[in-house]
Amino acid sequence: MNTRSDHAPIVQMKNIEKHFGPVIALAGVSVDVYPGECHCLLGDNGAGKSTFIKTMSGVHKPTKGEILFEGRPMNFSTPRDAMDAGIATVHQHLAMIPLMSVARNFFMGNEPTKKIAGISFFDREFADRVTMEEMRKMGINLRGPDQAVGTLSGGERQTVAISRAVYFGAKVLILDEPTSALGVRQTSNVLATIDKVRKQGVAVVFITHNVRHALAVGDRFTVLNRGQTLGTAQRGQITPDELQDMMAGGQELATLEGSLGGTV
Amino acid sequence: MAETATPTDERVKEMSRLRLALMRPELGGMVGAVAVFTFFLLFAFDSGMFASQGIMNWTVVSAQFMIIAVGACLLMIAGEFDLSVGSMIGFAGMMIAVFGVVLAWPMWIAILITFAICVAIGALNGYIVIRTGLPSFIVTLAFLFILRGFTIYIPQTIERKTIIGGIREAAEGDWLAPIFGGKILTGFFQWLGDIGVLETFSRGSREGQPVVDGIPMLIVWALILVAFGHILLTRTRFGNWIYASGGDAEAARNSGVPVNRVKIAMFMFTAFCATVFALCQVMEFGSAGADRGLLKEFEAIIAVVIGGALLTGGYGSVIGAALGALIFGVVQQGLFFAGVESSLFRVFLGVILLGAVILNTYIRRMITGER
Repeated sequence: MNTRSDHAPIVQMKNIEKHFGPVIALAGVSVDVYPGECHCLLGDNGAGKSTFIKTMSGVHKPTKGEILFEGRPMNFSTPRDAMDAGIATVHQHLAMIPLMSVARNFFMGNEPTKKIAGISFFDREFADRVTMEEMRKMGINLRGPDQAVGTLSGGERQTVAISRAVYFGAKVLILDEPTSALGVRQTSNVLATIDKVRKQGVAVVFITHNVRHALAVGDRFTVLNRGQTLGTAQRGQITPDELQDMMAGGQELATLEGSLGGTV
Repeated sequence: MAETATPTDERVKEMSRLRLALMRPELGGMVGAVAVFTFFLLFAFDSGMFASQGIMNWTVVSAQFMIIAVGACLLMIAGEFDLSVGSMIGFAGMMIAVFGVVLAWPMWIAILITFAICVAIGALNGYIVIRTGLPSFIVTLAFLFILRGFTIYIPQTIERKTIIGGIREAAEGDWLAPIFGGKILTGFFQWLGDIGVLETFSRGSREGQPVVDGIPMLIVWALILVAFGHILLTRTRFGNWIYASGGDAEAARNSGVPVNRVKIAMFMFTAFCATVFALCQVMEFGSAGADRGLLKEFEAIIAVVIGGALLTGGYGSVIGAALGALIFGVVQQGLFFAGVESSLFRVFLGVILLGAVILNTYIRRMITGER
């Protein structure tokens, strides 16, 4: 179990609790995320995955508990703070604006500027060039940088969002169910992108409820159930069936197992 | 093989030039402008519409539409509406009259204070929309009535009438007022008259003066605002934020775009444009009336939609909106020159609005690849 002792975790979430009025969304969750790993966060709908990552990315403030970023306690008051520190979130649906061009989307909120006569203008030449380069690296061939994002497939959009986050120096990349709405081939593209990004030393937090997608790229697996964690497992220490059982709380799925034959 | 050096996706079809051209938001406006000019050149050429006075006539009307269309366009792209533009025009004009004539303050102070008040009301509009999350349609509809109400109430109470005159006299010799009410290039036009390029008055007190004696500042403002809006939208990072805020506010926020600030700023800019319109108008007429600016909010929105902007935000063009305003002005005045019953103008408006919206929906589908 000491394979990770040679380097420190980049994010430590310690006993995070989050209450919304009378509802306890998170009841003491602890997770460590290391640089260069793909940490899969699994859980069924309502398990608290979204609340957990929103806490990590500065959208929610934890009711109790501590967040350490690179060893220091962190108090993000806005997503912008988390982003500036290097925690980027790629949301399932809310990442890209379909009517805007790929280049405009890529640099949204981080537009490069150049000064002409003392006034700063959006450096579109630079934006177009970088966008084309980055997209080529990820294997997406654009008709041009002004192609609208709406013309890209779901998988391509996720890839644009991921490469955008990495380009802007994300150290921790939170992917909120990037594969849930995708077909087989698009899913494999996104998983390949995750693998590329991880090899660059970025910590990837991959939220999914699909065990097979998680096992395809994950290094470690944390399962959330009803706002609590059932522990973190290393790759190779756990079987798909065990993961599946933990996600479902080990009950209802057992009876379905026979008829489904382990396909879910 | 050499061909594999630049891999292409076989499913991405090359787009025809026509299809690419169709994707420009200005297209509808360009086609419309050409159609409208062709129509009136054919049917109203002899009416004086294209003589120097006639040209000035529809240019001024178009410029009026342009000034408010620029503000409405940027606001609509940012995802919001302002229905209080027309009332704001009346209100701003009345403020000038109250400060400059009734209270007899120096005109430049009256102008600056009016700007401050109106832009602040624009900010308030935006603030309420942002804080309550209500549709801007409803919030600004409330202000349509609130501002119009004050515009009628204030002069009734102090002067017992709904029109306050004497603005031109009060603005006499002021350093700021000519920026809205003056004319430029008067010497040049006089020269054009002297050498016979322009017609001149042949009798009366203005004998020898050209029939068109300069470019009104209204037109200069229109051109400046269009250029400013276009550059702001397409060439600055703030422009990218405008698109993003209207395209998907949530996605924009996730990317760190200060959506609230952008939207409030656009409400303020719209109010600014309405105030410019009001100032040019009161300086020209010399009076402020309680009914000024009626229906202007809708005319601005129609010009913007003809110009290719989507009512749902996130897409549009200032140049397109300016073309929409031009179409508007040319048709409104052209029907008059052509001797067509002026009420038919409204019929035309409705028809062209419907056509523009249908075309825009179709174009949006092409851009996003929806079916």
